[in-house]
Amino acid sequence: MHIPDGFLDLRTAATAAVLAGAGLAFALRDVRRRLPARRVPLIGLAAAFVFAAQMINFPVAAGTSGHLIGAALVTVLLGPGPAVVAMTAVLLLQSLMFADGGITALGANVLNLAVIAPAVAALVYALVRRLAGSGQRSMLIAAGCAAWCSTLAAALACAAQLAASGIVPWTTVLPAMGAVHMVIGLAEAVITMLVLAVVVRARPDILEGMDSVEGRRRAMAAYGAAAGIALVVFVAPFASSMPDGLEHVAERLGFASHASQTLSPGFAPLPDYSVEALGGDSVWLSTVIAGGIGTLVVFGIAWWLARALTARVPPGRH
Amino acid sequence: MLRDRLLSPYQHGVSRVHGWSPGRKLGAALVGVVLVVLLPRGAWAAYAATAFGLLAVALAARLDLRQLGLRVLLVEPFVIGIALLALLRPGGLPVFLSIVAKSTLCLAIMVLLTATTRFSDLLGVLWRVRVPTLLVTTLALMYRYLFVLLAESERMQRARRSRTFVPSRTGAWRGGAEVAGLLFVRASERAERVYLAMCARGWKS
Repeated sequence: MHIPDGFLDLRTAATAAVLAGAGLAFALRDVRRRLPARRVPLIGLAAAFVFAAQMINFPVAAGTSGHLIGAALVTVLLGPGPAVVAMTAVLLLQSLMFADGGITALGANVLNLAVIAPAVAALVYALVRRLAGSGQRSMLIAAGCAAWCSTLAAALACAAQLAASGIVPWTTVLPAMGAVHMVIGLAEAVITMLVLAVVVRARPDILEGMDSVEGRRRAMAAYGAAAGIALVVFVAPFASSMPDGLEHVAERLGFASHASQTLSPGFAPLPDYSVEALGGDSVWLSTVIAGGIGTLVVFGIAWWLARALTARVPPGRH
Repeated sequence: MLRDRLLSPYQHGVSRVHGWSPGRKLGAALVGVVLVVLLPRGAWAAYAATAFGLLAVALAARLDLRQLGLRVLLVEPFVIGIALLALLRPGGLPVFLSIVAKSTLCLAIMVLLTATTRFSDLLGVLWRVRVPTLLVTTLALMYRYLFVLLAESERMQRARRSRTFVPSRTGAWRGGAEVAGLLFVRASERAERVYLAMCARGWKS
């Protein structure tokens, strides 16, 4: 999901950079004010941890393998502010040292993976945690949902930036990126839950991130707003101009709906997930519906996995 | 061994390019990347000229060209992967080719920069241009412990593998998560020791 140099136009890159800068500045101030000094080195170590954890391969099928993104995991482990700083450090190092992710696209990459992803993860975690009650199981469920939603949000923001730069038509890139990342997000959710279960079993006391009541409340307010603003700036223009825009394109090229249709069935978890199924003018609506159903499915899977993971260690024994 | 060399992009050498100040090199690289990005699509003559310019710099720095090429190739799949999306639109082929060419040139610029400049020097530049202290501290600590954690992760994975007699996919996921989880536990314990050591040397946040 790292955008290289040369893909974004000037306006998109500049907008993304400003938003990313604002989000990072907010997080830095938040960390400086509220984080005790003894936890500052942990941010650097956590950044190194994310980098090392991304190198661990999880075999998928036929010789391919996936890896962790890690935004939701560090958000749950350290809290949203430190997570934004740590993920920014990871992206900076990857782009400066390994040329992975462009310099001119750094703003966009930081915005997607280091601001939107942790902010969405914090918001979803806090919400689900409130719904699912207290205890280890609800923590794992909330983390799974947070990982899925944050992956999807980052992918949609990335798709919106590419579309805004005129690289790809909106009608193909949104279903394509959305469908693929619904599956990738599922893997991210499972890995995040597995890793968290290990951490909680080994050292339940080091979780100071999202698991304080105050942290949860703040995360819901501030970081929820940040995620909302960032997503709205990029995604809303397409949502509002959608109906006639799509019809126009489809009419003129006669290919838009066809392309998105041929793309999605292979990846989509929902057979209905295509432009046609809900009428020509509702990519937006069908995406929202698919996202909603997907969230419920992920919640179910997370519930089941959390039960399996916590059943082996009764909470009383710790 | 190949992975080790790929992880540390700096190639030590004595040349005029190595001797330039890191700030100037970083600035030049950034300007170069922005200029390449601003080039119009399909300006093939300009792309070729830039490529020759970069080759000249690499030769002047007496770098191992094979390794430079390898580093560019390593990231190239991601570039092509995203650029493939451009083929979905009508008349996308010229756009695709221009994007790939421009991105590759930008990659080459960054690879040249990191091959001739130590990361710690780049950090010094970031510090001087007033990047927030917390971010620079985080980057410095990350860079310092990156290789420690990578080696630790490798050791744990090797230990896991040597005890796995019947490999299975679920087992691999469990094992990978176990390694990652314990890696975080060890990293956070190390962070506590690092904090004490920093305090002992007079660090103030």
